[in-house]
Amino acid sequence: MTAETLEQAQARTPVQTRGASGTRLEAIASGEEVRSEIHPQLKKEDNILSIENFNLWYGRAQALHDISMTVPKGKVTALVGPSGCGKSTLLRSVNRLNDLIDIVRIGGEMTLNGSSIYSKNVDVIELRKRMGMVFQKSNPFPMSIYENVVYSLRIDGERNKKVLDEVCERSLRGAAIWDEVKDRLQDSALGLSGGQQQRICIARAIAAEPEVLLMDEPCSALDPIATNKIEDMIDALKGEYTILIVTHNMQQAARSSDYTAFMYLGRLIEYGPTDTIFQNPRLIETQDYVTGRFG
Amino acid sequence: MTDLPVTDLPKSSNVGTRRRDAGRKSMSLYAEGEPMVWLTGGALAFSLLMILAMLVYVFWMGFSNFWPQRVVHVTTHSGQVSMGSVSRSQSYKPSIANVDRLPEALQDSTREKLLANDGYTVRTLLYTGNYDLTGTRFQWVSDYEVNTWEYPEWALLIERRMDGNFYGMPVAFEQDGEVLTESPKEIWERFEEIHPTVRRRFRERERIRTVDMGRVNRRQENARRQLVEATRQFENGEIPAGDLDRVRHETEETIDQTRREHAALSKRVDEINTENRRYGLVMETAQGLRHTLFFDDIVMAFPGNQLSRFQKIAIFGERWREFIFDNPREANMEGGVFPQIIGTVTMTLVMTIFVVPFGVIAALYLREYAKPGPIVSAVRIAINNLAGVPSIVFGVFGLGFFCYIMGGYLDDVFYSNSPVPTFRGGGVLWASATLALLTLPVVIVATEEALSAVPSSMREGSYACGASKWQTIKRIVLPRSMPGIMTGMILAMARGAGEVAPLMLVGAVKLAPSLPLDIHNWSGSLGFIPTGPIHLERSFLHLGFHIYDLGFQSSDSEAARPMVFTTTLLLISIIVILNLTAIMIRTRLRRKFKSGTF
Repeated sequence: MTAETLEQAQARTPVQTRGASGTRLEAIASGEEVRSEIHPQLKKEDNILSIENFNLWYGRAQALHDISMTVPKGKVTALVGPSGCGKSTLLRSVNRLNDLIDIVRIGGEMTLNGSSIYSKNVDVIELRKRMGMVFQKSNPFPMSIYENVVYSLRIDGERNKKVLDEVCERSLRGAAIWDEVKDRLQDSALGLSGGQQQRICIARAIAAEPEVLLMDEPCSALDPIATNKIEDMIDALKGEYTILIVTHNMQQAARSSDYTAFMYLGRLIEYGPTDTIFQNPRLIETQDYVTGRFG
Repeated sequence: MTDLPVTDLPKSSNVGTRRRDAGRKSMSLYAEGEPMVWLTGGALAFSLLMILAMLVYVFWMGFSNFWPQRVVHVTTHSGQVSMGSVSRSQSYKPSIANVDRLPEALQDSTREKLLANDGYTVRTLLYTGNYDLTGTRFQWVSDYEVNTWEYPEWALLIERRMDGNFYGMPVAFEQDGEVLTESPKEIWERFEEIHPTVRRRFRERERIRTVDMGRVNRRQENARRQLVEATRQFENGEIPAGDLDRVRHETEETIDQTRREHAALSKRVDEINTENRRYGLVMETAQGLRHTLFFDDIVMAFPGNQLSRFQKIAIFGERWREFIFDNPREANMEGGVFPQIIGTVTMTLVMTIFVVPFGVIAALYLREYAKPGPIVSAVRIAINNLAGVPSIVFGVFGLGFFCYIMGGYLDDVFYSNSPVPTFRGGGVLWASATLALLTLPVVIVATEEALSAVPSSMREGSYACGASKWQTIKRIVLPRSMPGIMTGMILAMARGAGEVAPLMLVGAVKLAPSLPLDIHNWSGSLGFIPTGPIHLERSFLHLGFHIYDLGFQSSDSEAARPMVFTTTLLLISIIVILNLTAIMIRTRLRRKFKSGTF
């Protein structure tokens, strides 16, 4: 983007901008620290996850800069921002999937329901059991639909058929796919269509009744009809589960989330109620991004 | 978003220009790459053709070996008479001096014919058999020498238990030394009537000798061993004298009983011998010699020149049955290769049981647990190089380490009261272990590849569900890479089943008294682990070694030739069958893991 377009944008919109050297985005690009713009409505919410001064490096490259935010309980929070801005990295930091990458270093702290995520004596495996995660590309395991859904119970050693059946049905209903697969639970999950596979993965993620459901662009590989179904499902899960969703699709963020966080180059820029972020953001950069003027 | 595919445009326009240029210029062969297509394609075609030709040749030579041949009666101008079946024929250049030995009247015309053919003529190799009478099995007959060439109606081809085939004309049928009939037709009818019962008794005798007597001997041996053990315990003061007396008494009783049983069995064998030797076939050879063949010595006989197609097929099938299911005769040159098949299959399967778990576990460590770095790379290179070590080196190592050190240790610990070595020396166990070592790299490399092909999204999905590393490996990674592991197993089996050189050092033998897989004797054990009918300490016969032995170690390589081909065909077939089974399982697994697309 050029300074010219920014100036034009500034001329048109009456939103505030700040920054030592010209615009906020230029300040970020030149490595200056900028304060995140966090709306006061968030303070009233009951938080389930809080992130404090979180930094992350891939080797020497810093991917997340001093992120501080809270995720309200029982709400859908969307993370938006251009490619490479660190949304997915942040999401994967919540359940410590980044631990699998050798070169990753972190700084700062996160807490889930008051208990630390990154302190030394945390059992990562137990921690991950408290969260569910849905990935960008559906990744059902090479086993039956039934076994896919009850996977997290199986690894906990659950053998009781009644419990497993119950969880399986509840999760599949929750993921709005029960009616489509109830007669072929023993078939391989790999034989389903892409949209169905993704909903199986969601059912798997909610099977263990997670405290937070993390979704990493769950609809990016799906057609509009399948996307619709998943959005309906997210609406239905709202309230029961806390959902943190990364999306590239502005309409999706606007439609299905309660709060939206806009990230850029590893920084949290603005975070507030979705309506405000999309209709009346405080920062011009946010408005430019959500209206599609840059990114 | 910033990742729009905008860079495509200039490239595609570039391609368009190039295509137009090529059209305008005169076509250069090199520019189009034609010669390279021909070179590479031709090389591939040539390689395939050679492999195919070898397979077809082996198949044809091996498969047709058992087709019953006609019996030919040949007289030559020099007065030589012979009878036999055609083995093969070839074109050659006879020495001119040979022609001088022909009758005067024929010499000129023969010379002319030879000259017209550049001095070449065709000669035929006759399998004349009758080794015990003539001292040779084969005879070359050149076309120009032949006076008469006929197929006598009642000429018989007789396969004997010893001394190979017999060719001749039936003269008389004898029972208890009396001639009952002299007409060939009646002789043949009597033979067909009586011989099957003789064969049945023959098989009974085989069973008595190997299975029943073996069982009796084992009981006797066990009783003796118990007495030795009891005596030792008594001398150490572990048991009172009364107990020793009781054991001694029991042992004596068992020995008495087994002696009686042994005598009864010997008596039955004698009966069978006498009964089978009551019948005889008086034969006359082509040279006019008379020879009596007892039915007991005849495995199979047929009038080669009057068989219908159906009878030929029946004999063909019977010979294949004998080849696959019977024991070898006459220093492995005749009869079946059943022990070799059992040995090969047992060895290959035991090897697979060793190599697959070890290989998979090693690959799991290398790929999943070890931190990538120079050491892991070095280990990987070393493993790959291990695959290139000559197999005889593994044989020598197997002999030194497995047979002597490990075998000696096992013997010391578990079989110290046995007077003869048990695991010390060659055996199926050590041969399998040696080949497992030989094929380990194949399995490790294939498994590593399969493991690395498991999408990381699946692993992450499993970790995100709260699975530990081992749970992820066990439930997701291993099942998913099973087809690749099976590929490694298939390659290892193919390599192992065909390997011969190391086996000669660690357990494959020319003749073995008993098979490594013995369904009549379930006392096999490996230390304190019972292995039932699998006797891992026994040496074994192997098809690959059998081929080597027949082709290069037998007294008459010409006679062994057809069997070499047939055995080769069988070995190839067994490897193909083992592989096909594994491939079928793999295909089924793959189908299970195939993702649906939308």
